Amino acid sequence: MDRRKFLSAFKSRSAAPGAIEELIEPPETARTKTTLAPYTGPWRTNEVVHLLKRTMFGASKAIIDYFLSRTTSQSVDELINPVTPLPEPPVKEYDTTGALTQPDVNIAPGATWVNDPNNDGTIQSRRRASFKKWWMGQIINQDRSIREKMTMLWHDHFSTETVDVSNAQYIYKHHALLRSNSLGNFKSLVRAVTIDPAMLVYLNGQLNTANAPDENFSRELQELFCCGKGPGSLYTEGDVKEAAKVLTGWRNNATTISSYFDSTRHNTTTKTFSSFYNNTVITGRTGATGGDLELDALLTMIFSTQEVALYVCRKIYRWFVYYDIDSAVEANIITPLAAIFRSNNYEIKPVLSALLNSEHFFDVLNQGCFIKSPVELVVGVCREFKVAFPAATDYISNYALWNGLVSYSSNMQQNIGDPPDVSGWKAYYQAPQFYEIWINSDTYPKRNQFTDLLVGNGYTANSKKIVVDGAEFAKQLSNPGNPNILIDDLLNIIFRLPLSSASKAQLKTDILLGGQSDDKYWTNAWILFISNPADTSNATIVKNRLRDLLKYLMDMAEYQLI
Amino acid sequence: MKRRDFLKGAIPASVTLPGLLSPFSVKAFAENAPLVQALMLPTTITDHVLVLVQLTGGNDGLNTVIPLEIYNSYINARANIAIPESKVLHLTGVNKVGLHPSMTGIQSLFNDGKAAIVQSVGYPSPNFSHFRATDIWMSASESNQSINSGWMGRYLNYEYPNFPNGFPNSTMTDPLAIQIGSVASLTLQGPAINMGMSISNPTSFYSLLNGILEPAPSTPAGKELTYIRTVAKQTEQYATVIKNAANSVTQQVTYPTGNSLADQLKIVARLIKGGLQTRVYMVSFGSFDTHASQVNSIDTTTGTHAILLQKVSDAIKAFQDDLKYLGVEERVVGMTFSEFGRRIKSNGSIGTDHGAAAPLFVFGKNVLPGVIGDTPAITTSVSVNDNLPFQYDFRSVYSTLLENWLCVKKEDLQTIMLKNFQTLPLINTAACKVSSPNTSGTKLISNYPNPFAASTTITFTTAGGHTLVQVIDVLGRVIQTLVDEDYQAGTYQVVFKSTAIQKGVYYARLQNLSAQQVRTMLKAE
Repeated sequence: MDRRKFLSAFKSRSAAPGAIEELIEPPETARTKTTLAPYTGPWRTNEVVHLLKRTMFGASKAIIDYFLSRTTSQSVDELINPVTPLPEPPVKEYDTTGALTQPDVNIAPGATWVNDPNNDGTIQSRRRASFKKWWMGQIINQDRSIREKMTMLWHDHFSTETVDVSNAQYIYKHHALLRSNSLGNFKSLVRAVTIDPAMLVYLNGQLNTANAPDENFSRELQELFCCGKGPGSLYTEGDVKEAAKVLTGWRNNATTISSYFDSTRHNTTTKTFSSFYNNTVITGRTGATGGDLELDALLTMIFSTQEVALYVCRKIYRWFVYYDIDSAVEANIITPLAAIFRSNNYEIKPVLSALLNSEHFFDVLNQGCFIKSPVELVVGVCREFKVAFPAATDYISNYALWNGLVSYSSNMQQNIGDPPDVSGWKAYYQAPQFYEIWINSDTYPKRNQFTDLLVGNGYTANSKKIVVDGAEFAKQLSNPGNPNILIDDLLNIIFRLPLSSASKAQLKTDILLGGQSDDKYWTNAWILFISNPADTSNATIVKNRLRDLLKYLMDMAEYQLI
Repeated sequence: MKRRDFLKGAIPASVTLPGLLSPFSVKAFAENAPLVQALMLPTTITDHVLVLVQLTGGNDGLNTVIPLEIYNSYINARANIAIPESKVLHLTGVNKVGLHPSMTGIQSLFNDGKAAIVQSVGYPSPNFSHFRATDIWMSASESNQSINSGWMGRYLNYEYPNFPNGFPNSTMTDPLAIQIGSVASLTLQGPAINMGMSISNPTSFYSLLNGILEPAPSTPAGKELTYIRTVAKQTEQYATVIKNAANSVTQQVTYPTGNSLADQLKIVARLIKGGLQTRVYMVSFGSFDTHASQVNSIDTTTGTHAILLQKVSDAIKAFQDDLKYLGVEERVVGMTFSEFGRRIKSNGSIGTDHGAAAPLFVFGKNVLPGVIGDTPAITTSVSVNDNLPFQYDFRSVYSTLLENWLCVKKEDLQTIMLKNFQTLPLINTAACKVSSPNTSGTKLISNYPNPFAASTTITFTTAGGHTLVQVIDVLGRVIQTLVDEDYQAGTYQVVFKSTAIQKGVYYARLQNLSAQQVRTMLKAE
């Protein structure tokens, strides 16, 4: 569907605020037959914002302008090839008082704790919290790339829960693994995750021994991480048992914060798999290299199926495009994307490049249909409005503020580091609702309360406040003194769906013009503010009206969509 | 009174709370503990309703209430827009002023004893910017002060200090205030949050009644939008009570058509009759910003301003008739206001520029009818920059309505109005009743003593996690941060030492994730 047709559909349906109309129930939601053919249409703010809202956690006006000056493929290339080095790990910013069996004395405040094997329960708990704050900080301060979205995708995919893993050093190590491989090779990532200390704890791999097999990881490796539950995923219960035997013998060392292979715990029998795996036989191995050799053989077998690429491509599709995979999407997008994945030996970037450059990705029917996750909402407000945080050197205040954002998104049902279970967040797999699961009568008011707070009084922690400054935001726009252009520019950045001209006119009159009919009243107020920003009453006039405008827009259902 | 004595007196004898006597009593006060209930200020019981009619743009007072006793000076100052003396509407028993010829509705209300005119309402050092002047009127601030709360918001925060925690509840099922208009008005802004509910426009009101969602396209985006709007509708906690109230009223008098103020007031009458306990309604109408072509030069009794005044007058008359028809006339008082009047002298484009003081109308069965104040003086040598001085501070009108209509105790007026103002003879005061306890929501923060002198103890309840308690002044500045750290769920106390601050109104603000509550405190000496 072309954009003009789409917009005219909107116009004919959406009435002016004056009119009463019956709700026309969409008979069948239109989907699309577009393909992975490269997008060749116009490259305007609309397309840039679509790409950035899907691949980042909110982009400022400056970032939008940056990509506007590039082509579509240049933009996608830059997004999937981050140049910023991986971040410094979390630091000791937490309280170390209390009755501790192992006082946290090896590291100085402000130095990282991730390599200090402290196993005191209280310290572990504080470090887990510290890790989450730090992670929120990374998302808030993300570079101009897709890395944070990919890191979150793999966290959702290889779901672990910090409360279950418990050991904060393992948790960080696991996270760093996802982050550093987020745009690398999927097969290598699966291999590393399989013997990652946190995963060995979370899915009992460390308890999986020759004498007492534990099938937990073996099952999820196939059901959740590689093959999935699609119609073509036909692994058997026998395959689960046999793979569990392959995976026996891996253990953790909390002191070195690493895993190792204990050949005495390894099941050295021959493992035989079903026809789904082409009746593969994995020879039992002994000795120190046995675990690695059998694991390699297992992954070679699993990755030889067609199903892995299909399953992971569906996951990526739902993460970036839309949840509804109908037969056209399966045929036109998922199948060719999976072929790209396989022919590139499971490198992730070629898949992202093909998808994000495609006419399908930019299809107007795939725009504006993605419901923001809580983290996308919370971080999006901060990033799109360039909410100012304290200087990086004031890490105590920054961690305190990031902590608040972790709590808010957690209250809206996305607790980073602690998805509900091994399947990850339901929004990305639970049919038929998918993303709609984020929005319910409990979470929706919380979303509005959060945006109301940030555009209103702001959130304060450690005596530092983060707040949306509408005037600073408006200053970057093309012509903030013109109330019509101001509203259009603002909507182009924060909304994905058009607002009727009648609604825009009402907002302008009611809010920016304070009930007046002449645009010059806003223009004059803006000029007065710009010419003498130190004058409190000039500033208050402009700021209060922008605050009210933002509050109104951010409370609208449209604001939840990207 | 010592703190211990106070607590002893406040709790029933059979209840013992051992934790109370330690300086930091944790979890001693369960939410529904008798002590906490006893600490609540009971909400004033009244069924009175106040309707605020905002005339946006600055209404020309001299052409609304025409100064007959100085008619020559009037016509000298504004010959090109002056209303002919013979056309001015006469008010029974009043010779000094009359009404614009299009205001027959208000004329009849006045002659029936249901309307009063307050002359030359304004404030010192008037501001001529629409925005700033509107903010001054809505916040009831001084001319040179920026106060980020509204006078009605402060009033509602005084009556319902715990809102929105624990609302709606068994005794307050309804919105505290309803405003028709898309932006939450500063008038209804409390110290922390807006106390009102907005209905964007009359159409969205009828959409609400009829369960109509705005249309969305049949695309994936439209599907998700419709889903979110459906949830949003379900979570609009007052939707059902408003629907029920409105649907219980099936007949009203005929209102004028093509009159958006009438459309709004018709809804207000319906909701009042429908039984909402909502005390404050706000509607607005404009624009009165008549710089040019205020009148038709061939017939100055016609033109833009005449049409506007007629709509106001017709709408208010129909509203008042409807209230009588619906049997709720005793319960309602309304007032008009505009951010300023207009210049005494008219300009060359048959209009008037921004001015200062202007008359306002107060209407209702319980209004003491008449014209309050002298007819403004206009000199024969009036210049283009001359403005009418104010006779009555607009905050005196507010203060009078609070005390005599909304039955606020005289000693509490200052915490709402931030200063003391004179009371005007506007309202028949017989109707105010006594206070009795009420379910006033979940108290999360309180202080004692209040008013206070050298210090006051603030008690707050956190659900756990990061908790912030700040003391804020009326300008919104943080005076002191008392608490800013993670807490276990429970109730705690902290002392605010107040020797260094000036006397006046302060707010103790609690922020605990989505919970936010503000306690009004008064530093006395």
